[in-house]
Amino acid sequence: MPKPYHLVAICMAIFFSTPVLLGQESDSSVVETDSAVMVNDTDDVFDPNVVSAGKELFDNQCAVCHQMTKRVVGPALAGISDRLEEEWLITWIRNSQQLIGSGDEYANQIFNDYSKLTMQAFDLSDSEIKSILTYIKSETANGSAVEDVVAVSSTTSVSVPQEDGFFTAVVVMIIFSGFLILVLLILIRSVITKHKKEKHFNEHGGSVIDLNAKEVSFLKSNAFLGLVVFIFTAIALKTLIDGAFSIGVQQGYQPTQPINYSHKVHAGDFEIDCNYCHTGVKKSRSANIPSPNICMNCHTDIKNVGGQDGISPEISKIYAAVDYNPDTREYGTNTKPIEWVRVHNLPDLAYFNHSQHVDVAEMECQTCHGPIQEMDVVYQYSNLTMGWCINCHRETDVNTKGNGYYDNLVELHNEKSKEPMKVEDIGGLECAKCHY
Amino acid sequence: MNETKQYWKGIEQLANTPEFQEREAKEFNEYLPIRGGAESDEPSRRDFLKMMGFGVAAVSLAACEAPIRKAIPYVNKPVDVDPGVPNYYASTYTSGSDVASVVVKTREGRPIKIETNSLSPLGAGTTPQMEASVLSLYDEQRLKGPMAAGAEISWDEIDDKITSGLAASKKVALVSHTVSSPSTQATIDGLIARYPNVSHVSYDSVSMHGMLEAYKMATGKRAIPAHDFSKAKTIVSIGADFLGSWPNEGLNQKQFADSRRLSEDKKEMSRLYAFESLLTLTGANADYRTPIRASQEGLYVAYLYNLIAAKMGAPSISVASVKDKVNLEKAAKDLLASKGASIIVAGSNDPDVQDLVIAINDMLGSYGATIDLSTSVNTRQGDDKAMSVMVDDLKSGAVDGVVFYNCNPVYDHPIGEELGKAIGKSKLSVSTSDRMDETTALVNYVTPDHHYLESWNDFEQSTGSYSLSQPTIKNIFNTRQAQDSFLAWAANETNYFDTLQSAWSAMYAGATGFSSFQHFWDKTLQDGVFQASVAESAAVVISVDVNKSASSIAKDFTADNAGYELIIYKKAGVGDGSQANNPWLQEMPDPITKSCWDNYLTISPLDADGKFDYDPEKMNAQMTTLTVDGKSIEVAVLPQPGQAQGTLGLALGYGRTKAGKVADGVGVNAYPLLRNVKGRYDFARFSGVSITESSTGVYPIAQTQTTHTFNGRENVIQETTLGAYKKDSFAGNDKIEISSLSGKKHPYAVTLWKGHEYPNHHWGMSVDMNACNGCGACTVACQSENNVAVVGKQEVLNRREMHWIRIDRYFSHNAEDLTEGQKEASGLRTPEFAAATNPDVTFQPMMCQHCNNAGCETVCPVAATTHSTEGLNMMAYNRCVGTRYCANNCAYKVRRFNWFKYHDNEGFSDNLSQNNDLGKMVLNPDVTVRSRGVMEKCSFCVQRIQTGKLTAKREGRRPVDGEIKTACMSACSAGALVFGDMKDTESAISMQLDIKNEPKMVTAQEPRAYHVLEELRVMPNVWYMRKVRNIDEQKSEA
Repeated sequence: MPKPYHLVAICMAIFFSTPVLLGQESDSSVVETDSAVMVNDTDDVFDPNVVSAGKELFDNQCAVCHQMTKRVVGPALAGISDRLEEEWLITWIRNSQQLIGSGDEYANQIFNDYSKLTMQAFDLSDSEIKSILTYIKSETANGSAVEDVVAVSSTTSVSVPQEDGFFTAVVVMIIFSGFLILVLLILIRSVITKHKKEKHFNEHGGSVIDLNAKEVSFLKSNAFLGLVVFIFTAIALKTLIDGAFSIGVQQGYQPTQPINYSHKVHAGDFEIDCNYCHTGVKKSRSANIPSPNICMNCHTDIKNVGGQDGISPEISKIYAAVDYNPDTREYGTNTKPIEWVRVHNLPDLAYFNHSQHVDVAEMECQTCHGPIQEMDVVYQYSNLTMGWCINCHRETDVNTKGNGYYDNLVELHNEKSKEPMKVEDIGGLECAKCHY
Repeated sequence: MNETKQYWKGIEQLANTPEFQEREAKEFNEYLPIRGGAESDEPSRRDFLKMMGFGVAAVSLAACEAPIRKAIPYVNKPVDVDPGVPNYYASTYTSGSDVASVVVKTREGRPIKIETNSLSPLGAGTTPQMEASVLSLYDEQRLKGPMAAGAEISWDEIDDKITSGLAASKKVALVSHTVSSPSTQATIDGLIARYPNVSHVSYDSVSMHGMLEAYKMATGKRAIPAHDFSKAKTIVSIGADFLGSWPNEGLNQKQFADSRRLSEDKKEMSRLYAFESLLTLTGANADYRTPIRASQEGLYVAYLYNLIAAKMGAPSISVASVKDKVNLEKAAKDLLASKGASIIVAGSNDPDVQDLVIAINDMLGSYGATIDLSTSVNTRQGDDKAMSVMVDDLKSGAVDGVVFYNCNPVYDHPIGEELGKAIGKSKLSVSTSDRMDETTALVNYVTPDHHYLESWNDFEQSTGSYSLSQPTIKNIFNTRQAQDSFLAWAANETNYFDTLQSAWSAMYAGATGFSSFQHFWDKTLQDGVFQASVAESAAVVISVDVNKSASSIAKDFTADNAGYELIIYKKAGVGDGSQANNPWLQEMPDPITKSCWDNYLTISPLDADGKFDYDPEKMNAQMTTLTVDGKSIEVAVLPQPGQAQGTLGLALGYGRTKAGKVADGVGVNAYPLLRNVKGRYDFARFSGVSITESSTGVYPIAQTQTTHTFNGRENVIQETTLGAYKKDSFAGNDKIEISSLSGKKHPYAVTLWKGHEYPNHHWGMSVDMNACNGCGACTVACQSENNVAVVGKQEVLNRREMHWIRIDRYFSHNAEDLTEGQKEASGLRTPEFAAATNPDVTFQPMMCQHCNNAGCETVCPVAATTHSTEGLNMMAYNRCVGTRYCANNCAYKVRRFNWFKYHDNEGFSDNLSQNNDLGKMVLNPDVTVRSRGVMEKCSFCVQRIQTGKLTAKREGRRPVDGEIKTACMSACSAGALVFGDMKDTESAISMQLDIKNEPKMVTAQEPRAYHVLEELRVMPNVWYMRKVRNIDEQKSEA
């Protein structure tokens, strides 16, 4: 006789493994940007103190516009000391405009070559400038000038299968019901087998009361069967209802976007304020998907990631949208808006206002949007259901500090209660606050 | 109130037929949306259930897959446009000859709402047409680009053809409505300078030629002077509907309401006498109204002249006397008593009648006091005779070219038909109309103009009052501003904007307080208006040859006309018909007849009795054949209480054939029936009018007057007389009491309810019934603000209109007060017909009362309608399951059920704002479009409340009174509606109602304030201010 327990165990194994099979691939392939380190042997010997001082100055003052091997805003600086006199360089760095004004031929040539972009004046001492130049020399000697930097893996399109709450629920339910049916069948089978055994005993005229018979009659009793049926029905119903409630809930929704924009890079690594791009967040109901002209504030100059040369395919999509030619630095007229896929889809019947939450309540974006600064591809962090909204309105203290609107309300509230005033206390759960 | 006074909305209610009682007892006319059947194409109930079942299945399937929704930002976001934040621009509304300064609300670059510009001295609320004009912008029926001979063509090509046509023509007429824009006039003059064969002719679809000519004769200046009704103590109107169909009617309404506003400090108000044939808005608001025949209008004016002249020592004129002169003599007495603060106006388009009116006003010293001759209303300057001459010349071939600048005379001119036939004879015919209308369909070249919301322009609405127009959206179609077309044809290289600006640099010379022209321009553009100083004009000498006028009046008017007379009038909704393709206007119930989607022949109930009986239950009217000078039309007959016996009324603006799918085929065109008197046009016809004496068929007229009633409950309207009010401010109070254990008590002293506490705000509204004149602008404003669906004529007939705010128009009479004339009227079947001869009229705007103990909230099984901590009665559409218990339990009948899905439904294609992509641009994105099966109602514009509160919170302060206004309030010219926070002791509503805040209870201490249906103890947050009539007391206390 096959051991029923074995079957149960197998079923359990199948059941518990399903979430793993169905669950969302949460760990999206993370982009690794290994910066290659190349060390060349060199004959020149530089004073490490001077070099490090120069590096610090360079990073703070120059790196915004200059790199060693690549033209960014200003020219690439590797080998600059070979090309120009140190004295000329010092004058230039101190006040380039003065030099241009003096009619210096090369200064004017450079100025014109770079679209008359003015290099700001730096109030640096001779030794400081010299340390920068030494640093550049050491970098040049280290081989930066050589265009053999190992290619950095460019950001690949990360598409994570879109989780579909309802589908998952249905599959889980089917498997779960299958499992229940199996268990039931096994139980019935075991009952019948035992029953047969019992019968067998009786056939042999045994009037001996089998201890097993008691067990069987218990299993056969209406009370037991009723309980079993009740429990199973309850579980099945609960699953069904939960499944039904998840219809339309898109928690974890992570669509592929037309541009592989990474919040991790912008908001996380570079700590750009959310407000900088999402301009409406403090004054409007919608936070605003930034228009590409905002991207261009930085990406006019930042053409690639990880210090690579050329134009990143993703950034070139911005250029295409605004019809920008990075070589001539000119804008055309053939613009085309970027069609982002909306991640957070609040139903039309619900009114939500960002400025109320971000400006008045001074909430963090992360409260609702989750660890956005860690997301390479944005996904819906909260479930955005009404229960979720209401729950927060029940638990959150109203940010009344320094806001004249609430003065009287706080006073009235404090007369009645010692608890801090929650959103709920000032009508935050009323229908017409969000539905009209 | 007077216990003998009886209120009724329609004759059916007065007669109280068993059918009426049966229907009145039901909340809904029919319980199921039964339409169509086996033989019909329309879906039956079975189909509905089938589709419903399929729908449920489809929805659950569709829910499995989340649809991909795009979020597309601007490529280059304009600095001033933030998605989700509205922008407001001052601009100027114009349609036909009308002009008004407005503020346009835009969202993401789309105009979505029109409001009045309060900086304009002429600004006073809005009119229904102004509110609705924003929907006309998104009318799919607009022309998409220039056309020649019915085919599309480029602007360059059409310009070439038109310029060569202009050069080749002998004489070209440029036809327009009144042009009150100085820069447009300059552009037209420029065209005339380039082509001297061009001449400009202007006309008004609703002509005021008679008054213009009279002033030309009397003062030498052909202009209508500005009347200031707010300064008047006695106003006499003889056939003039200055509240309904005069230019700047909003301003007139405001001034009139100002003259009648009462408070404990001011217990004086103006008195209005009206002598008129149809019941107009003006007559409905009159204290003393006398129905007269139009053929007697001239005699009434002349008789009044004699009455005044006798007292003033001026020679009298000889004209026939009038029959019913009681009220006229009384009016003369009042006019004389309030010399210098009186106005008399007449509606007749006969210059001789207007001459006498000028003479009377002159005797009474109105000029310089209530009528300002130095300020003229520039929006009516049309010349009937010049237009008639033009049509004759076109017919004879003397004029062989014609340019129609934004006008449609083939439809809206009395001899449009002749004009239409003559257009084909001309070598060149051009129209700048926005659609392929009746005129445009006949011309060679169509150069469609921008909508006013897409245009630059300026206007001088009245002397010295300038208003600028600026585009609030880029032109949607390949249209071009007509002025730019004129400039192009005149071979002028500059565009209209530059022309406009350079013209305004001249204006800058006269302006003070600006640092530069740019500063002046920016400020004026932002304000939208500019008030130039008006030079003191030399004292005008008024000279009227009264005897000449008298002799021609004696000839033209008669005291004993026996036949039917026809009066052509303008309705408050559709107006002159230029915006007829606007469903908001079509569905707005007429203030007087409460009918929509049609025009009809109004008739006195006495004349209709037995012949043209109207069936108010099925809303079936009888048809008749109206014959006017040989022209016959089939038209439905609607008995109208208050109409003079022997008089027929027919509204303009209907019977369009080429306006678009909404307007085409609705009603009949009344323009061809205007009387041609030697080249000028008169709205009244005294002879040659006949109707078939028996019905020629049955025609349904969608009338809303008794769709929502109070089931015979009293205490809805409270009114009193000025005399009684002066003695006792509480006069007219019904003093309701209910029995309780401890004797009779005021209903509010007995309660089963716990009451509400309002810690933060307590929103409320007061409705001054003394100010409300019933115009209906609030209804359309609400429709525009709250995405209220248009349901179409059939559904109105099914009594399922959706308007959130309705204006109940009550007739009332005092059985004992019926005058001798009324009693004399022979052959009266029932006393109600006597009452219907000249009833009093009261208007009562009715919207959700936001009851504190609301009946609807108690009965909702799913708690879809609940009470807020700010006093609002909230409605959560997505919670509603459509039991309709709430509507049944609502005492005020203000809840509306969505019987159908009115959006994205071909069956409701007239609902333009919700059924095509272009139309949907007008929807307010802050308000949900409701779906089928849910209840909706007035929300007190909760979206505006929320926005106002948020603005205040973001600025760390309390909202300022007046910052949050409901749409109806800001539309109201008369200032009858005041909305605000009753917790704010300084707010206008708190002051007006003298609000007293008690724990869990708010009371209004203002004596005139009352709640409708106080005895029900639902304690609304809407108060009504009792109507006070300025009539002598003995009348009401008889």
